Amino acid sequence: MSAEHPYREIAFNGLWQNNPGLVQLLGLCPLMAVTTNIVNGLGLGIATLLTLATTNLLISLLRPFIREEIRIPAFVLIIASTVTAIELLIHAYFSELYAVLGIFIPLIVTNCIIIGRAEAYAAKNPPKYAWLDGLMMGLGFTLVLVALGAIREFLAHGTLFSQAHLMFGEAARGLSLHLSDNFKGLLLAALPPGAFISLGFLVAGKNYIDQRRAARAQQQALLKPVSDAI
Amino acid sequence: MMFGTKTSPYMHAPQSVGQVMAQVIYALVPGTLVLLWFFGWGVVTNLLLGLGFALGLEALMLKLRQRPLIPFLTDYSALVTGWLLAVALPPYAPWWLLLIAMVFAIVIAKHLYGGLGYNPFNPAMVGYAAVLVSFPIEMTSWPTPELTSIGNISLSETLQQVFLGGISTWDGLTQATPLDTIKTHLRLGETVEQIRQGQAFGWIAGQGWEWVSLAWLAGGLWLIYRKIISWHIPVALIAALAGMSMMFWLINPHSYSSPLFHLVSGATILGAFFIATDPVSASTTPLGKLLYAGGIGCFTYIIRVWGNYPDAIAFAVLIMNMAVPLLDTYTQPRVYGTKGRFGL
Repeated sequence: MSAEHPYREIAFNGLWQNNPGLVQLLGLCPLMAVTTNIVNGLGLGIATLLTLATTNLLISLLRPFIREEIRIPAFVLIIASTVTAIELLIHAYFSELYAVLGIFIPLIVTNCIIIGRAEAYAAKNPPKYAWLDGLMMGLGFTLVLVALGAIREFLAHGTLFSQAHLMFGEAARGLSLHLSDNFKGLLLAALPPGAFISLGFLVAGKNYIDQRRAARAQQQALLKPVSDAI
Repeated sequence: MMFGTKTSPYMHAPQSVGQVMAQVIYALVPGTLVLLWFFGWGVVTNLLLGLGFALGLEALMLKLRQRPLIPFLTDYSALVTGWLLAVALPPYAPWWLLLIAMVFAIVIAKHLYGGLGYNPFNPAMVGYAAVLVSFPIEMTSWPTPELTSIGNISLSETLQQVFLGGISTWDGLTQATPLDTIKTHLRLGETVEQIRQGQAFGWIAGQGWEWVSLAWLAGGLWLIYRKIISWHIPVALIAALAGMSMMFWLINPHSYSSPLFHLVSGATILGAFFIATDPVSASTTPLGKLLYAGGIGCFTYIIRVWGNYPDAIAFAVLIMNMAVPLLDTYTQPRVYGTKGRFGL
């Protein structure tokens, strides 16, 4: 980690370089199962984000009190209580969304991103970095969930933001985008194989951008002595 | 492998991929002509669109992957994929259905896995399965042979149906395929004998289907004669399907169709000789080929009878494609002079 910009580094890591959905390929089960449209993806993404930021902060704060030998059970306890609290919140304020996401909210407990970040980052770093790492990893995951939801919803139903009222209230009904009545829809995109294929394309797209950036950086490194000489 | 060595000099005349694929295309001609006789212009539009999309997408992917165009386009492998898919889809299919099927076949199943020779799954069947899952209505409305046989639907009506989204009389011209009819009516509690009184049925299976299957069989036998394919895959596939259907038919002929019906219905013969024998995605050892094709036959019967889709060659081939690496590993033939695994 570069010493000058630790916060920027953490953000870049979570959102792009080490994105949980596209690079670490963690949490694929909810990623595949829930992202049939944008709103579901966004709902689960925000729930995961909240959990991740909270647990990372808590674990980092409690770090001095948790003995090395029992750290995993202690992490699981913290994560489980956080998820339960968030589940109750969603149940109370977005009960329709809760009905759609169903089992996947309590299942955030088992999402490997959460325990992965707790073990790999929060248990080794001070709270001021840990909460940001949780936030950025959660945001990176949410972005992938939303992108995948958008692709699959668009291909399968020709809509975007359908059921937005589940999350933002009745006023958001207008947000829903419906393309055309003639659109037949690629049913495959709504089914699990469609999720795998779309995620594959997202990962390929990210790798392509990374390769282009690496190639350009290399080119500039080669040209630099020349431009300096001129 | 066949080594037909008779007398010296033992010259080997290697066949290029292009020569092999060209002969597969010749073998597809008779079956395609019979399809044309029963279903009219729709077969031609399917074929032209399918071949055009296949070649175009192949060229596009070769260009994106920075591979030379001419050697790969002239190996005709994309044409065979396009042709197989075009005759497997219902005639008069709308143009976008063919395009989506070809994108899944050529772009996703073939080139994203590394191009010809590297694809673990049969490209044509990936394309077929993708559109079958996505567009069940379009994929199960086959035209009725009598009403759409050559000359009954004009070329302009065909083009309208394919490009502009349907002529008004279209619904009256289509019907469920025999396999589909059997399946839905059996669930209503009718017996096989009752269902076969329906107008869709001919001598053995659906009207016209016997002749189409016979023509595929002729082309397939010619391929075996030319040693393009070996006998293992077609024989094992047909034997397994016939064995499975015979078993259940003997137990209860009222609820299970006869073996002969299963053999001439749907894509059985086309699949046995042309699809399952794809040299890239099929098993390569003799025993492996028998197991692979036997598996396809069994899965075809299982999905046809207890699954949700009327025909199952595509799914069965894809399932067994997954088993091919394992089959190839465990069925390597014994090298002369060494002891085999079982001491044979």
